[in-house]
Amino acid sequence: MASFKTYFLKRIILALVVLYFVITITFVLSHVVPSDPAELYVGPKATAEQREKAIKELGLDQPLYIQYIRYFKNLVNGDLGKSLRAHTPVLHDILTYLPATLEIVILANILALIIGVAFGSYSALKKDMFADHLIRVISVGGVSIPSFWFALITQLVFFGILGIFPLDGRLSSDVQLFNPVHTVTGFFTIDSLITGNIVAFVDSVRHIILPAFVLATYPIGLVTRMVRSMMVEVLNENYIRFAKANGFRDNLIYYKYALKNAITPALMALGLSFAYSITGAFLVEVIFSWPGLGTYTVNAILENDYPAILGVTIFGTIFYVFINLFLDTLQAYLDPRVRLQ
Amino acid sequence: MSRLTLSKETKITLELIRRDKLAMLSLLIITFFVVVSITAPFIAPYPSQGEGLPVPEKRFLPPSFENPFGTDYLGRDVLSRVIFGARISLFVGIFVVCVAIMIGVPLGLIAGYFGGKVDEILMRITDVFLSFPSLLFAIALVATLGPGLFNAMISLSITWWPWYARLARAQAVTIKEQPYVLASQVIGVKGLTIVFRHLLPNALTPIIVQGTMDMSSAILAEAGLSFIGLGAQAPSPEWGLMVSTGRIYLLNYWWFPVFPGLAIFLVAIAFNLFGDSLRDILDPKTRKAGGQM
Repeated sequence: MASFKTYFLKRIILALVVLYFVITITFVLSHVVPSDPAELYVGPKATAEQREKAIKELGLDQPLYIQYIRYFKNLVNGDLGKSLRAHTPVLHDILTYLPATLEIVILANILALIIGVAFGSYSALKKDMFADHLIRVISVGGVSIPSFWFALITQLVFFGILGIFPLDGRLSSDVQLFNPVHTVTGFFTIDSLITGNIVAFVDSVRHIILPAFVLATYPIGLVTRMVRSMMVEVLNENYIRFAKANGFRDNLIYYKYALKNAITPALMALGLSFAYSITGAFLVEVIFSWPGLGTYTVNAILENDYPAILGVTIFGTIFYVFINLFLDTLQAYLDPRVRLQ
Repeated sequence: MSRLTLSKETKITLELIRRDKLAMLSLLIITFFVVVSITAPFIAPYPSQGEGLPVPEKRFLPPSFENPFGTDYLGRDVLSRVIFGARISLFVGIFVVCVAIMIGVPLGLIAGYFGGKVDEILMRITDVFLSFPSLLFAIALVATLGPGLFNAMISLSITWWPWYARLARAQAVTIKEQPYVLASQVIGVKGLTIVFRHLLPNALTPIIVQGTMDMSSAILAEAGLSFIGLGAQAPSPEWGLMVSTGRIYLLNYWWFPVFPGLAIFLVAIAFNLFGDSLRDILDPKTRKAGGQM
């Protein structure tokens, strides 16, 4: 696997280069573009004294290259600055809110992968038939529906009219009071299960279904489209025709030989959908009062908490770069052709 | 490529669009919204309310004959506001896509045609831009520039152009091997002239398809920015902003947040479906019967 190792090494170097530029761009955004960077950091209501202090602390009175080195050093040490509202380190805030976001993002992507592969391959089998057209409209609808609006519609239907799911939050208040979840992983559905807290488990599952489903609609559309086009192509290949001519059972051909080739595009789609989910979750979380990074960021926006907004951007981008690194490597591992380009 | 074959191709394309029911339906929806946004002051039942005039005595009226979509928390006719909102969303879509194309396409074509160092530098730059989750990047940009519709549009354009650069580069790399390009090189036509006279017109098809679908993404992204308070500001009848203000009234006065969101959905799905059909029709591989060329 020598070629795989080279590929992996190259990919890591590229990721590091990208990270370097990402940090540089955020530096330019926060220190060079604004006419008064200090005001961004202390907010418009700050006193002259606070301003002076911030300028000293951030080194804004120093030449730009010294600010740049300082900025870089801080980031490497994991210092994303302090939030204006609570004066807590931004990184600490992010890590507090992150598990809730990851919980719905991961669940949504699992849902998307399962439903998307099923829809996509079925659609390819029934190409140009009614089911194909229907699935196409559903998948285009999935990438076209504004998630924040769809979230409201599901609340209206499943809470307002049918009353089968809770309106918002991660746990009901009575469950939080009498059966609190002991944090292990930060994922309430998993923590409640491994600590044997069945009441909280059922409650947290009931709370996560709507937000995860709403968040999954876009990736479902994406995965469906990619798997469908790949499957259509694969089903025309000679080896599939050969298998058919040999009288292999259709199901065996479709699910064992053809679908295998649709996994690579599904992974690619997953990379895209993860990127989407990080920010997509922002809008969905706000509607469902889900205490994750999105709610944190939107509150930061409403209160002009610039360090927090910028911190989330940097963190989210680093996260995204590593997800892509992981998926690309996985793809190269599964599909030797990728390594050779 | 002579004028005659071009017009024949265009004819076939139009014919194929006409036969595709979904394409026609989506085109109809797009045309509808374009007409609505142009004629907004004339067709809106209450134009002044559409632009933001409050009517305190008519708050939260349910849909009726006078107010087909009901009224909002300031007593304004929701239908009128949705009609005025169409202008904003369509304008934002066109602006973002056009600016992204104008920046990305020339850079991509130049990178693809000249290759070498130029290519290497330009493509590494796009790689860096593409490694930002675009909406997150846009959020940081708007937070720096200050909230507002114009800054939101600028930020979205800045996050969008690298996709076109990549697309145009891929086109340029294939087209530059075509005989007519090689012939121009031999007779000594200048590089940049070849790029804009020969590469550009022949690279347009996938760019148009992508642009159509991006209209939908840009409108959705901008509505999302407005929803979290970074885009249009009150009293603008921007759709995302209306959903945002209306959401706390959802369970009592559902019409206030529901109709503006429905408008976003309709426009977005129409552009996506049309772009999707267009791609199938223009791509020879997926072209269906009747496409004899």
